[in-house]
Amino acid sequence: MLEQFVFIGILLVVALSIPAVLLGLAWLLRPKRPNPRKSEIYECGLQPHGENWVQFKAQYYIFALVFLVFDVEAVFLFPWALAYNWLPFYAVLEGVIFVLLLAAALVYAWQKGALEWM
Amino acid sequence: MEFLSRLLTFLSDALVNIGAWFHGLLVGWGLGEPWLTLITGGIGALILAFFPLTVVVFMIWAYRKIAARMQGRLGPNSSGTWAGPYGILQTFADAIKMLVKEDVRPRGVDLVPYNLAPILVVFASMVLWAVVPFGPAVIGTDLSIGIFYVLAFSSAALIVFLMAGWSSNNKYAAVGAFRAVAQLIGYEIPQLLAVLAVVMVAGSLRMQDIVAQQDVAFLFQLPMTALIFFLASMAEINARPFELLEAESELVCGYFIEYGGMKFGMFYLAEFMNSTAVAAIFATLFLGGWRGPWVDQAPILGTVWFLLKMGLMIFLWMLIQITLPRLRIDQMLAFNWKFLVPLALANLCLVGLVNKGITEAFPGGVSAWTRAGLLLVANIVLFLATWAVVAAHERKAQQRRLAWEQAQVEGAEVSA
Repeated sequence: MLEQFVFIGILLVVALSIPAVLLGLAWLLRPKRPNPRKSEIYECGLQPHGENWVQFKAQYYIFALVFLVFDVEAVFLFPWALAYNWLPFYAVLEGVIFVLLLAAALVYAWQKGALEWM
Repeated sequence: MEFLSRLLTFLSDALVNIGAWFHGLLVGWGLGEPWLTLITGGIGALILAFFPLTVVVFMIWAYRKIAARMQGRLGPNSSGTWAGPYGILQTFADAIKMLVKEDVRPRGVDLVPYNLAPILVVFASMVLWAVVPFGPAVIGTDLSIGIFYVLAFSSAALIVFLMAGWSSNNKYAAVGAFRAVAQLIGYEIPQLLAVLAVVMVAGSLRMQDIVAQQDVAFLFQLPMTALIFFLASMAEINARPFELLEAESELVCGYFIEYGGMKFGMFYLAEFMNSTAVAAIFATLFLGGWRGPWVDQAPILGTVWFLLKMGLMIFLWMLIQITLPRLRIDQMLAFNWKFLVPLALANLCLVGLVNKGITEAFPGGVSAWTRAGLLLVANIVLFLATWAVVAAHERKAQQRRLAWEQAQVEGAEVSA
């Protein structure tokens, strides 16, 4: 068990260092001649206009809220799915009812128009 | 003759035998326990990390070549400058070009997330390979939470996209990042629910157990689950019909618009690495992983079968990516929330009930083939029901459209 996570730890370090080494190599090799014109922000060739860090569209926030319902649901469903083979039929049925309750939340959000893109 | 038969025995399980030989060599040098684990683990991790890189180098070439053929172009070739037979060295030339390109950094970027994002995006797709089973005994480490680990790290990419888009100080990049959040968190749900259905039938999160359960590949037992997982993963790796994050014609490049040189290269690499990883996961979950004929006699064949299945999925990804046009953002979100999520929920309930029902109905146990057949029938019923619902909806929409056109015509006559 511990050995497995030691391996995962080693892989994490290796996977972090490969792109870091590649970028470091590029940093050593590449020319560095910045000038103010070059470091303009790209906006299809025009002068950047107004504040760049624009506000969130509120729609994204609603989608994130609906997502949260199902993400938390998945946390509860993983143990259920894992224990599935030992569960009697009624326990599986209970799980299904739980899923249907959350489906009702989706239907509610749908009816309220939260899933329409405006 | 004896040498030949020994060679064949060695080759029949070459990867495991090389590993055992190396382990024996280290023990022979008198290495103690912590060092032994660290060195074998380190070399294993290096091989695992370089495997996707190697695949991707040739995959990029193959992708450009196939895309060019399908669009009546030549693609990478050696007609102008020499780039190997069929232009196979083009990718290496591009890599060298990116290495020596100047890094143009726009003013006002948020330095830490801006520089960290290209590293983390490669990191997130490289660590997935730890639990992918390449053969009966060829796997990085067979974690008991294997598929959960994959899901956790594949959704980590989302944070990286947000980091890149938000820190670039660019409106296109910010919009790309917002879209990334909306799209990736949305399509994560059907993907999760599809994996849950697989976990229920396999009874384990461990990748090798999931492979071992597939006497009949899950593609034939749970075709609807496979379809849901495939569509959701296409969106997760932002392949063309769902490629809203970088949408060249609207957002120019999306969240990585302000990256140049090798940093851009990292994002490009990660995109291909993600599709390789998804192909490998799909092959493991639904196509039976390394299982195939003659694997009992020669375990090395398992790796060959696995790579073939993975290659098939990569080719399918390329085919869809090259031929389909892009959706609009509202269509894409509606497709997820109004079609894929309800379908995945229905599929989860159906698989759970039917599979349990089969176990209850046959107290004496049931053969894998009977179970697979009954599950397949249930899936076909679900498919037909989905078809009926979508067709009814489409008919209604058609009627509304006709009525609206009729009203337009009448309105025009009245005003004339």
